[in-house]
Parts: sequence; C-alpha cells; structure tokens
Amino acid sequence: MGGYAVRRLIGAVPLLLFVSAVVFALLQAAPGGPTGAYLRRGAGMNPEDLARLEEELGLNDPVYLQYGKWLGRVLQGDFGMAVTSRRPVGDEIMDRLPNTLYLMGTAWLVTLLLAIPIGVYSALRQYSKFDHAVTAFTFVGQSVPIFWLGLILILIFYLTLDNPVTGGPLLPSGGVKTLGADFSIRDRLVHLILPVTMLAAGWIAWYSRFLRASMLEVIHLDYVRTARAKGLRERAVVLRHAFRNAAIPLVTLMALDLPYLFSGALFAEVIFSWPGMGRLFFDAAGRRDYGILMAVTMITSALIILSNLLADMVYALLDPRIRLS
Amino acid sequence: MATVAPTAPALDQQAEVSLSRVRASRSLRSDAWRQFRRNKMAMVGLGYLIFLSFVAIFAPAIAPNNPVQTDVRVAGKYRQAAWIENPNPAKSGTWDYPLGTDGIGRDVFSRLVYGTRISLVVGFIPMVVILLIGVPIGLAAGFAGGWLDNALMRLTDIVYAFPALLFFIIMQISLGDTGFGRLLNGLVLLFVTLSIVNWTGVARLVRGETLALKEKEFVEAARASGAGAGRLITRHILPNALGPIIVAGAFIVPGAIIAEAVLTYLGIGLRPDVNLNAPFPTSWGQMIQDGQKSYRNQSWILIAPSVAVALITLSFTFVGDGLRDALDPRENA
Repeated sequence: MGGYAVRRLIGAVPLLLFVSAVVFALLQAAPGGPTGAYLRRGAGMNPEDLARLEEELGLNDPVYLQYGKWLGRVLQGDFGMAVTSRRPVGDEIMDRLPNTLYLMGTAWLVTLLLAIPIGVYSALRQYSKFDHAVTAFTFVGQSVPIFWLGLILILIFYLTLDNPVTGGPLLPSGGVKTLGADFSIRDRLVHLILPVTMLAAGWIAWYSRFLRASMLEVIHLDYVRTARAKGLRERAVVLRHAFRNAAIPLVTLMALDLPYLFSGALFAEVIFSWPGMGRLFFDAAGRRDYGILMAVTMITSALIILSNLLADMVYALLDPRIRLS
Repeated sequence: MATVAPTAPALDQQAEVSLSRVRASRSLRSDAWRQFRRNKMAMVGLGYLIFLSFVAIFAPAIAPNNPVQTDVRVAGKYRQAAWIENPNPAKSGTWDYPLGTDGIGRDVFSRLVYGTRISLVVGFIPMVVILLIGVPIGLAAGFAGGWLDNALMRLTDIVYAFPALLFFIIMQISLGDTGFGRLLNGLVLLFVTLSIVNWTGVARLVRGETLALKEKEFVEAARASGAGAGRLITRHILPNALGPIIVAGAFIVPGAIIAEAVLTYLGIGLRPDVNLNAPFPTSWGQMIQDGQKSYRNQSWILIAPSVAVALITLSFTFVGDGLRDALDPRENA
C-alpha cells in the first residue's frame, strides 16, 4: 500500500502543475491587476512610483517568466508578498488557518454526533414517523441553499430576538469573539452557534441520509440475521455487526468531502465575518491580490488530491476485499 | 432493465395480481412513467416546474409592472406588501404592487416573476451542455478503453483537482469585466464555468455504465451478428445507460440554480440590468442580496426570492428522486 500511495503522490505532481498554470494564466488575463488597487483607492500614488512598484513586483515580465519565478519561489516554500498588507502570504494564511480549523472542526464534530445516531435510528425504524421526519428534513436540507439558512439565522437570532437580560441581540451575527472583550469560553461558544448551525444542518442532512441508505442495505444481509439468530443482543447486532459495515462507505465519503468543508467555510466566513482562509480568499479576490489567490487555490487543490488518495486508502484498510493496484 | 422491481409492500401485491394475468407488454418509457406517477412528491414537483415555465414564458403578461422601471413618485420607496397598512400613504400596501417596492421603487412581485426566467435558464442550459460534453466522453472512454480511456480519465482528474468554488471566483474576477464576461449580464460566463466544473461527474458515471454494459450478453450478441462500434454504442449501450444519465441530469439543475443564487449573492455572479426591455432583468440571487440590505425597511424583498429559490430546488430534487426510483429499479434508498 505504501508503494501505491507513493505512485499516486508522484502522479499528483503534474496535476498540481497544470492547475497552477491554468489559474496563473487566468489571473493574468484579469483586467486591472494588483496595482489597480492603489489607483482605485486614490492612495495618491504618482505614476512613477506605480511604475517602480510594478517593476519591483515583476509585473512587467512576460507571463511565462512570472510563472517560472512564482513556481521557483513556491518550491522553496515562499508564496510571495501580499500586495495590500506587504506581509508574506504564508504569514497571512497562518494567521487565518487556525480560525478556519476551529470553525470547521466544531461543525464537523457536531455533524458526526448528530448524523450517525439519526442515520442509524431512522434505518432501524424504517417508515416510522421519525424516519419520515428525517427524510423530510434531509430533502429540505439538501435543496435549500446553505447561505440562505445563514441569512435566516441572522434575521431571527440577531435582528429579531433580543437577549432578555441585556436587551441586545440574542446572538452575535459575526466574528470569532466580541471585539475588545476579555477572553471567555462562553463568549467564544456564543459566536460559534450560528455559523456552526448553518454548516452542520446541510451536512447532517447529507450524511444521515447516506448512512440510512447504507444501513438499510446491510441490515437485511444474511450475516446480520446470523448474528441475531445466535442470540446476540440487538445493541451488539446493530453496533458491532451492521453499523461497522455500513460505516465504510460513509468514512470514504467523508474523506472525499474534506476539501468541500473548505468551500462551505467560504460562505460561512463571508456571511458571518469570520476571519478565516475563505474570507481571506474572498477579500483577496476583490483586491486582485494574486499571491494569496494562488496560494489558497493551490493548497485547496492539493487537499482535494490528498483526500482522494486518503479515501481510497481508508477504503482498502477498512474493507479487506478491496485491493489497491 | 425493462421490468420494474416493486418498492413497497403495496406494490408487491399489485405485481402478483398483474402477474397472474397475461398483460400487454409495456415499454420502458411507459413503465417508468407509471412508476413516476405513483410518487406524489415527484408529481407535485413536476407540476410546480411546469407552472414556473409558464410564468417564465409569459412573464410580461403576468407581471403587473415593469421590473426595472423606477417611478418613485407613484411606487414609493420600500412600499410595504399589499396587506400591510402604513400611516404613510407612500409606504402603505396597495394591490398595484402586491409585494411592495424596493429602495428605488421597483415592483418586487414583478421582479420575482422575471427572476423565474434566470433560474430556469441557469439550471437547464448548463445541464444540457454538461450532458453533451460528459456523455460522449464517457461513452468513448468506456467503449474504446486503452490509451483513449487513459487520456480522457486523466483529463477528468485534472478538472476534478480544481477547487470548484475558488475556480468560480477566479473566473469571475479574470473574465467578468471582459466583453465575454459581460454577455447577457454574465449569464454566459456562468454557463461556461458551471459546465467546465461539472462535466467530469457525468463522464465518469457514463464510463462506468459503458464498461459494465460492454460485457453483457446482449451486446456480445449484437457484436456477433455484425454490428459496428457506432451501432453498438447508439443502439445498445446508450439506451441502457440512459436511466442513470437522466437522473444525474435532473440533479445537476438544482445544483446550478443554487450556484447562481450563491455567487450572485456574494456579488460575483450576474450583474444588474437597467435596460427597461431586458429579457433577463434580475435573478433571485440578486433580489436576496438587495433584500438582505433592506430587511428592516421591507422584509418581502428578502422573503419572496428566498422562498422561490427553496421551492424550485426542492421541486427539482423531488423530480430527480422520482426519476431515480422510476428508472433505476435496483436503487431503493
């Protein structure tokens, strides 16, 4: 399996090069350019200074040369300078990454804690009231745009409902913490509620439906009947025999979905002004900050390829019938 | 493939009854349609979509006002919905403007009616393009195998490695201000981007189906009786792979509609149109963006398009689910 992973990783190199070249070319085609930000903001920069800055940033070189230089620096671990903040792109990303991981990790945990019991239970009680309610919820959860749920949450809990004690909004509409306030766990948690609800709702719908389907497939198989027939308790039958096998495709699916957590994070971070990677990318797009755009795109692209590999390997690890070649 | 497995106990009985008598043979299409009709939610969804198509086509006749016209003196800024009374006569609801007006006096209901057009177009056109690209590539890769299969699958690997949402944003900032990006207020660019990102899924699905069907006896028999590659693909493989293809197509549509609404909401999708005769003056995504800003003044600018987006995507999901049950008897999730 080690050899397989190495081969796949080597195969990923041309993929990443291709993606980076296409994105680089697309960004070069954009009118305006990074220095346009200085003109637009009326920063009072005179034409000579602007020309010098463009020269300094290497913006006058031919595209292939710029790409070559960029690639050379990236291979040494240097993603260049962010145009507006004049700080290394790597530092900018490292500032934001913990916030994204913190938000996504929490949402992920909430999803697992709810989706697994919901999926298993509605499969065990197929066509019960609970099962029908879950099916209805999953349909709505999958069809309603996730950002819309975010807006509704803000409307209800920030704009409409008031906190009975302070008279302010019931829940904050954005940010990681209250600005200027001292650190408190309660404050942090309160800020997590709305974005995590929005993110988790969509995922719970998706995963619980998936798990329900794969539980239903497994639960009528002979080996489950055998487990029952030899007198195992229902709990053991469900958890030790049925769920273990039903969870294999779920684990694979989760590994494949890892990079999409990031897309979900972009909406959540934009709507709830969460200072994470997605927000960084979105703001950089508005400022035409190519260094950041390239870096975040390449990190995500590498993440997609890695999760794909991870999904295949996890599948082979969990299911001895699968052989990787 | 032509027989439909019963899905519920009630259908079991029916199947027994019909087996006990000799019945006229039914084509796959009529069989699937019978199965589809049994699914109430799918029928409701289909009915709603047909209704929306009429709304989209006859929008000029249905909308009471021009969706772009801003006649603030008559319409009033942020006029409330018709049933809401307000002491200010310029803001009090009137049935001339059923859902009130927005911040520059445009009729919300008329904009909602016209918005139907973009949602339907943005769902259907990318679906057609995606199927036109994905199906031939999948068929070719699966049928020919060898180097062609390898090359085409490497291509899907490359597209798969692009982070979809980031790619959308990059396409918008790089091409959004060019002449191409401005075509139809950005609709064309949106079609192209959605198609580029989504065809790989269909190609992989069709390739898988083709690989499986290629080995079946009936294909073998057709080959033995002298059918060429073209005939094998068009007469034997494609018709049998059609079920999963149709289902995949039905699920592409709501995805594309949501993508439009989300991107436009983020301010990187369609651009607003100020032309009085524009066929596609606004989209629900744009209305949601406007409505969020003015929620405190006039809540219906946000509520109406939000409900509209939710209902149309829900309908497509129901129809897609119904199609899957009707066309793919093996899958009873």
